[in-house]
Amino acid sequence: MEQILNWFNEKVLVWLEGIWNNFHRAFIEKGRYIAYIDGFKLTLFVSFFAVILGVIIGLIVAVLKYTSARNKRLKIFGMISNLYITIIRGTPVYVQLLIIYYVIFTSRGTSPLVVAIICFGVNSSAYVAEIIRAGIEAVDKGQMEAGKSLGLSGIQSMTSIVLPQAIKNILPALGNEFIVLIKETAIVGVIAVNDVTKAAQNVSGITYDLLTPLIITAVMYLVVVVLLTKLLGYFERRLAQGDRR
Amino acid sequence: MIDVKKLNKSFGDNHVLKDIDEHISRGEKVVIVGPSGSGKSTFLRCLNLMEIPSSGDIFFEDKNITKTKGKQLNAMRQKMGMVFQHFNLFPHLTILDNITLAPIKLKLMSKKQAQEKAMQLLKRVGLVDKAKQYPNQLSGGQKQRIAIVRALAMNPQVMLFDEPTSALDPEMVGEVLDLMKQLAIDGMTMVVVTHEMGFAREVGSRVLFMDEGRIVEQNTPKEFFDSPQNPRLKDFLSKVL
Ligand SMILES: Nc1ncnc2c1ncn2[C@@H]1O[C@H](COP(=O)(O)OP(=O)(O)O)[C@@H](O)[C@H]1O
Ligand SMILES: [Mg+2]
Repeated sequence: MEQILNWFNEKVLVWLEGIWNNFHRAFIEKGRYIAYIDGFKLTLFVSFFAVILGVIIGLIVAVLKYTSARNKRLKIFGMISNLYITIIRGTPVYVQLLIIYYVIFTSRGTSPLVVAIICFGVNSSAYVAEIIRAGIEAVDKGQMEAGKSLGLSGIQSMTSIVLPQAIKNILPALGNEFIVLIKETAIVGVIAVNDVTKAAQNVSGITYDLLTPLIITAVMYLVVVVLLTKLLGYFERRLAQGDRR
Repeated sequence: MIDVKKLNKSFGDNHVLKDIDEHISRGEKVVIVGPSGSGKSTFLRCLNLMEIPSSGDIFFEDKNITKTKGKQLNAMRQKMGMVFQHFNLFPHLTILDNITLAPIKLKLMSKKQAQEKAMQLLKRVGLVDKAKQYPNQLSGGQKQRIAIVRALAMNPQVMLFDEPTSALDPEMVGEVLDLMKQLAIDGMTMVVVTHEMGFAREVGSRVLFMDEGRIVEQNTPKEFFDSPQNPRLKDFLSKVL
């Protein structure tokens, strides 16, 4: 018994104390948690505005694809849209980020934050375009037909009949895209945006402890992602209820 | 009023409508019957160009509409009401907004006028109390009557019905057929695809039998049902009557 207690004191408690000391040094000492929180703010900031930009470009791409599929003279737009989507989905976002940063914005004082938003916005737009297309296609074809049979134009039927219903399919998927971006933007540190992952690396440079800051960061991501996913599920159920009215 | 000349329609290799010639006069109630897959819906949908004919011409009020596009096409469709098997009410809008959406969007009436007209029509079908409700709160029969009202709100010259009672529970078929009868009595020109032979006999001024993309026989309801000529029609009637 005595031996077990001794062992416990010597090994486990010492081990736990070591963890606490590491945590203290990596998170609390000298107010370092502020760096993480500021970093996470940047992560959310980049993700949020990237989704917004993604929706704007994605909507344009989706509309181009949709109309060109129904009008032979506009076929070229459909081809351009498809090429755009293929390139973006077929290359790593890490490479896209470096290309946009080093080549397109030849570091002429453009804020890296703006570059990050543009890169992830453009990247996201290819996925958002698909989200919007799928959301529109999930609306019963009879809705468009009913609109046209009443003499409404295709655009009128789309904006006042199909899109309001498609929104219910699109919004939850956009929320999901935001959550995906929160995780994907972890690489923006490479262009000197001090997001939460970069903040962790900065801290580890000072404390010479790599693991603890990274685990702290991982836990922060996990908590936020799980919370947002729960929130989104709740929101989705509310939308579905609205349908049954 | 509607003239169909040598109408053909194919979906890929599937030749669905074959050289159809038909004339529908103002005030007529034309009932189309036939086995499933014979092209009844496709024929009806060609009349307001929901399907684009592969060849042939369709004249509406002496104007060839086959090649119309854009604004002209939309204006033409305003004059042809269409009622679908699955109602196709707009689930995100109230009953009142379902009815007034098109007249308001197309600037045919002010919002107030459109709502007054909608309430009048709702009164006529006994559904005034549903105005503020959503489609999902209505029974199938009520939904279809609203769909008919929605089409009527455009003051159409002709009404096209594609199996309006096929998706309904049996006890709700009557209320929809009664409303259609009322329309017929009021003088509406109607083209009705249906399996309701009682309705065809009672309301139809002419009954057409479609089989494999052709109108193979047509007659007054009495002759059509009492002395069918075509063996396929005899066979069909023996199954449905
Ligand atoms: N949009 C479409 N695309 C391809 N084939 C179609 C389409 N609509 C109808 N068809 C085909 O046309 C034929 C006739 O269909 P339809 O006009 O609906 O017949 P009915 O209404 O008499 O049952 C069927 O073989 C059907 O599969
Ligand atoms: Mg049919």
